[in-house]
Amino acid sequence: MTINRRNFLKLLGAGAGAGAAAGLPMISHAAEIMPNKARRVVVIGGGYGGTIAAKYIRMNDPTIEVVMIERNKQFISCPFSNLVIGGVLKDMSSLTISYDKLAANHGIKMVYDEVSAIDPAGKTVTVSTGSISYDRLIVSPGIDFRFEEIEGYDAVETPKVIPHAWKAGEQTLLLRKQLQAMPNGGTVVMTVPLAPYRCPPGPYERSNMIAMYLKNNKPKSKLIILDANPDVTSKGALFKKGWAKHYSEIIDYRSAKKVTQVNAKNMTVTVEGIEDIKGDVINLIPPQRAGAIAVKTGLVGPDKNWCPVNPTTFESTIHKDIHVIGDASSAGAMPKSGYSANSEAKVCAVNVVALMNGRETQELSGINTCYSYITDKEAVSVTGIYKVAEGKIIAVPNSVGVSPDLSELEGIYAESWIKNILTEMST
Amino acid sequence: MKIIWSRWVLAAGFLTMSATSFALPPSPEMLANACAGCHGTNGASAGPSMPSLSGQSKVAIVEAMKGFKSGERPATVMGRLAKGYSDADYEAMGEFFEKQKPIAYKQALNKAKIAKGQKLHEKNCARCHIEDGKEIKDNSPIVAGQWLKYLQIQMDDYSSDKRKMFDRKAEKMKPLSKDDLDAIAYYYASVK
Ligand SMILES: Cc1cc2nc3c(=O)[nH]c(=O)nc-3n(C[C@H](O)[C@H](O)[C@H](O)COP(=O)(O)OP(=O)(O)OC[C@H]3O[C@@H](n4cnc5c(N)ncnc54)[C@H](O)[C@@H]3O)c2cc1C
Ligand code: HEC
Repeated sequence: MTINRRNFLKLLGAGAGAGAAAGLPMISHAAEIMPNKARRVVVIGGGYGGTIAAKYIRMNDPTIEVVMIERNKQFISCPFSNLVIGGVLKDMSSLTISYDKLAANHGIKMVYDEVSAIDPAGKTVTVSTGSISYDRLIVSPGIDFRFEEIEGYDAVETPKVIPHAWKAGEQTLLLRKQLQAMPNGGTVVMTVPLAPYRCPPGPYERSNMIAMYLKNNKPKSKLIILDANPDVTSKGALFKKGWAKHYSEIIDYRSAKKVTQVNAKNMTVTVEGIEDIKGDVINLIPPQRAGAIAVKTGLVGPDKNWCPVNPTTFESTIHKDIHVIGDASSAGAMPKSGYSANSEAKVCAVNVVALMNGRETQELSGINTCYSYITDKEAVSVTGIYKVAEGKIIAVPNSVGVSPDLSELEGIYAESWIKNILTEMST
Repeated sequence: MKIIWSRWVLAAGFLTMSATSFALPPSPEMLANACAGCHGTNGASAGPSMPSLSGQSKVAIVEAMKGFKSGERPATVMGRLAKGYSDADYEAMGEFFEKQKPIAYKQALNKAKIAKGQKLHEKNCARCHIEDGKEIKDNSPIVAGQWLKYLQIQMDDYSSDKRKMFDRKAEKMKPLSKDDLDAIAYYYASVK
């Protein structure tokens, strides 16, 4: 950080800041590009968590300045992107939001840039043009991949041939194109990493969308699912019911098959280093961890993958004044979903505002819901209510449940869910 | 240790210790915020089938939640969600949503159906759904400006007997045809 008057006084007065404790203030090379005149929260990431945290801070206390830093001008939603792969949605346009209205309605300052570093002691973040200081930082960077755990995986080249489509956009469209180009009678292979990963039911919803496309267009084709987990990780009975009802000729589900190797030239994946399986199209979903910026900043816990947080405020248990929400955080029983990220963001925002105003924080009350499509019409859902007990986020007893059956009405409500949550994020 | 008293803490009869070691129970806002991922910010749904809760009466919300929890009222997700909360939570959330300004989104609606529905409403429903469905009487909910698709689903639930009606309501609704009920749904959706 640069030593302006304010910081200098703070360092002199506090004596407890890490910079001062070390005897020297930390000096970063980048110049402050937005001098912090009042009280400021910086939010990293304009996805399911970040947009909502920024908005709800401003809704709760418009005297706090909020700066949201996002690398892309537009955000493309992962939820519902499986419907693009299945051809139910023609393109990504209804899943794409921009930030203009959100920023204007709530007075959020947008910075479109990549955050390359966070200095927890100096309380600044670095972007390409300089540094931005914060009083509190909220980090919602989503996920990045543990490519290194798949032998033969080149982080740049492999996904161009073997898409993961686990971040929506180009990758989603590539997988769709590959399915369209595949001959009738071909084999699609899809792999599911060991939990925890982003969106537990997501791979199985995807299997439905791929199988539906094959059934209607290339009925002699097969879809092999190689699941590293001992069984379907979410809504198992319902997905199996859907497969039996609609896709028994297409889907070949194999559990406890962990993919350890890939060969993009031969179009094979290898299970546990022994069994090679060939596909005309391969959708390899690699294991995941918190977004790179969280890892680089040392926000991840002993598992080196996810960020431990206080269950009430989502403040990192490692770095003070930095809060982590969404997929990147270890939010106890709350699954890594867009709905959870939305809910966590609101809890975090309310409590960040409380902390910045010297008020008491309040306990989390959260919801998760994930809708999954079985066909273009039928859907199923899982829902759960969450609270804090004994310092952990737990599910309220008896509150977690799934749909009794496949339901067209749930398919209708799911369309409204995506519309509402994307409207929440963009207005 | 710093002790900060808030009105709410006093009202709840809590003795707080310090801001760092103690968190208050979730406020009405905290509880209701979690619902907004489906129902829209402050309960104002962007549609087209998810019902708006903003401006709905507290009584109607509490009644609905109790009906969902007991299973008396049919639901896809609300029956499960309602099980995670207490009656006191319902009251708190009901009060929160009642205070929110309803936002009427524009819906494209068939004019002839609206006109037909208006007549049927005046003849059959107006004694309980007062002020064109904009106001509450006893525990009848506000229906004006609700999303058409949602109202149609409710009408279907009534006419297929999935959703129970008390006698006075049944007396008025039973004789109406599916088309009549549909027209009434159009009318309520059109009221601003
Ligand atoms: C196929 C699929 C289907 C899914 N379906 C559902 C569903 O139906 N329901 C559901 O609830 N969830 C679903 N999910 C999960 C959901 O997408 C995630 O849980 C959610 O996006 C998490 O939100 P987040 O804020 O943590 O991350 P994201 O939404 O990914 O947002 C992270 C943002 O941070 C930005 N960013 C990251 N690092 C930096 C940096 N250093 N500088 C600047 N910007 C940065 C990124 O560009 C991105 O915009 C699905 C996921 C997938 C893959
Ligand atoms: C997963 C999406 C979802 C979430 C989360 C959700 N709802 Fe609902 N809500 C619905 C749907 C769908 C309906 C229609 C009934 C059904 O099928 O479950 C509904 C109906 C309702 C109704 C009846 C409205 C009317 O006028 O008839 C009320 C009241 C309600 N919800 C309150 C809440 C409250 C309070 C919360 C938060 C605790 C909440 N909902 C969370 C989806 C949701």
